[in-house]
Amino acid sequence: MTTTSDKSRLIDDMKMQSGQDPAECYQCAKCSAACPVTAAMDLLPHQVIRYLQMGLEEDLLKSKTPWICASCFTCAARCPRDLDLARIMEGIRLSLLRRREGNKFGPADLTPEQLEKLPQQALVSGFRKYNK
Amino acid sequence: MSRTGVFICHCGTNIAGTVDIDKTIEASRGFPGVVHADEYRYLCSETGQDIIKQAIEEHDLDRVVVGTCSPRMHEATFRKAVAEAGLNPYLLEVANIREHCSWVHKNIEEATPKAIALLRAAAAKAALNEALEAPKLEVEKRALIIGGGIAGIQAALDIAEAGFEVDIVEREPSIGGRMAQLEKTFPTLDCSACILTPKMVEVAQHPNVHLLTYSEVEEVKGFVGQFDVKIKQKARYVDAVKCTGCGICWEKCPSKTPSEFEMGLTKRKSIYVPFPQAVPMVPVIDRNACLYFRKGRCQICAEECPPGAIDFEQQDEIIERRYGAIIVATGFDQMDPSIYGEYGYGQHPDILTGLEFERLFNASGPTGGKVVRLSDGKPPKKVVFIQCIGSRDKARGMNYCSKICCMYTAKQAILLKEKVPDAKSYVFYIDVRTAGKGYEEFQRRAAEEYDVAYLRGQVGKIFPEDDHLVVHGVDSLSGKIIDIKADMVVLAAASIARADAPEVGRLVGINSDSYHFFNEAHPKLKPVETHTAGIFIAGACQAPKDIPDTVAQAGSAAVKVVGLLSKDMLQGEACTAEVNQAECSGCLYCEAVCPYSAINPVEIEERYHDGVLKRTVAEVNPALCQGCGSCAVVCRSGTINLKGFSNEQILAEVDAICLQR
Repeated sequence: MTTTSDKSRLIDDMKMQSGQDPAECYQCAKCSAACPVTAAMDLLPHQVIRYLQMGLEEDLLKSKTPWICASCFTCAARCPRDLDLARIMEGIRLSLLRRREGNKFGPADLTPEQLEKLPQQALVSGFRKYNK
Repeated sequence: MSRTGVFICHCGTNIAGTVDIDKTIEASRGFPGVVHADEYRYLCSETGQDIIKQAIEEHDLDRVVVGTCSPRMHEATFRKAVAEAGLNPYLLEVANIREHCSWVHKNIEEATPKAIALLRAAAAKAALNEALEAPKLEVEKRALIIGGGIAGIQAALDIAEAGFEVDIVEREPSIGGRMAQLEKTFPTLDCSACILTPKMVEVAQHPNVHLLTYSEVEEVKGFVGQFDVKIKQKARYVDAVKCTGCGICWEKCPSKTPSEFEMGLTKRKSIYVPFPQAVPMVPVIDRNACLYFRKGRCQICAEECPPGAIDFEQQDEIIERRYGAIIVATGFDQMDPSIYGEYGYGQHPDILTGLEFERLFNASGPTGGKVVRLSDGKPPKKVVFIQCIGSRDKARGMNYCSKICCMYTAKQAILLKEKVPDAKSYVFYIDVRTAGKGYEEFQRRAAEEYDVAYLRGQVGKIFPEDDHLVVHGVDSLSGKIIDIKADMVVLAAASIARADAPEVGRLVGINSDSYHFFNEAHPKLKPVETHTAGIFIAGACQAPKDIPDTVAQAGSAAVKVVGLLSKDMLQGEACTAEVNQAECSGCLYCEAVCPYSAINPVEIEERYHDGVLKRTVAEVNPALCQGCGSCAVVCRSGTINLKGFSNEQILAEVDAICLQR
């Protein structure tokens, strides 16, 4: 059985990161209807917000959805509550990453060829995603 | 020196919770001119009023200050109480220590000194208060209703039945409004025309009702009891007396233009009545479409008209009339959903709004009552209804719920099943809201007996594929993404204020909310009154509303009007402007800004050395003045005073607040 929790560090972090408040969502699910990558998601976008509203932090930690999100912003463009779900997803990703221990890899792990060929933006984003 | 009594109300804990009453009383005793101070838990109660009355007698008070709620609330109550004790009611002064003090402060340390300051100011002003008399005003026993929809019709009938004359001004060629466009009405499914047309006929034939169709209000001047209104009756180019409504003119007319009544789904002639049950059954010529007016050729209607009623020379007419009261009942519009690109409205003939779909059921509608796709004329087998298009949408639409869509969607789904028995309906909804007598039962019937699939979720996009429309949405309850190959899509577009509502509001002098719906004077206790005396509102111009609510509100507004018109005299405004003509320079700026035409130039004679000097100065007509104070503000020589709010009194208040700091 799932119980809801009143306090959640993930949710507080996410609110701070994204500047969005999941309480504003009334669950019309238009985000899920608009999202082009729902086929690969285990939780639909509106369910992610519902989990945030209910404080289901542990379940969210296990979900693949925040990592599937392509940040196309269609959800944000369609949302009748003016919530930016793409920012929320990014907020969740950042909050999760900051809680992980240690770095997965650093610049020293990359070969000179890789460093030369990879675009800088991909490197920065890779470090952000996979490092503490 | 005046003998002022100060009375402080606890208002339960509303005031006493944040204001230290004892300290306030103590401080009040020290104000100049105050000879008595007292308190009571509820000063507005009869006991509370008696305390004031007794104190006036015992302490020989000649001024009264009450520290209570806003004067909007209870000034009248306390004025009456002091009048009963023999004081002129205008010698009372209200210090608003609730809305302006206890409600906006949290702690007693801040609120108490502020309450004392407000009371000190009120006592200083009260010392300068003078006894005033309110003039008596006559009431013109005739009402004006702007808008001839069901709200206007109902209000007109109720006022007329009470024995008063009433005029309906309707912009369109016929009365009937939005209700005339509907096929059936929820939750009983009675035919809209069958219940509306008898009322339209009744109102047209009632001896006390006068219809001014194809007319618009141009100007409203004056005030409660005496509104002077200019109405433009647009030229119909048809003599209403000669016309028999035979219909030969619009049969023969060769030019066509999109029909407003049919939401542009079909065309009408250039000479037309908007719908077959129109009242009056007198056509109008649309100047912008008529071949004669556009190109100077074709007078077929005039040639064919048996009684010779066509008159191309007719001119717009201005009617000037005086009314005692006005009801604004101008109705609503439907939002254009084409701003939502994902729904493709306007890009495909089978994507309709709720009101457009409604017309397909009507026997005189664009399809002659056959529910078919406008693209290929085939009956639709799968219809998707989408709720909350532009409603409950703070990003791109309106923040409010449009109230009627849940019910009319259930109605249309039921009607569809009856017309096309093998049709299947799907309704994408966020919440189903069916508060109302018989409403919930009706919506459940749609879901249970008419096989309407309710899907809790929204639609992300609609796109054409082969000969159908793919509706890509989600059912949030099952968490499933859903694609429906639909034949038709109906969008429940938001009900919004009329595009020209702000203009109408300015014209009659009433205010509106941020959505341009007209504001009632109090959301609970004055639902049909406005902040302008003598002007009332009814129907969907106030907020989205269904027919039962509209009719109830129209009846309510009518009662208020009847109550007003039943009086022979109204109490006018006592706090009117006053010109000190000796100081007046005669610039007459005041005359220009007065919204009530209450200021006129007069010539006075003054002794000047040995001779007599004639000069022009301003004079206020106290019967017309409403005490708005605009003249006092623009007066260059500062010589106009508003009685009860004189410059001296206001400055005394300011001094009383500042000097004690």
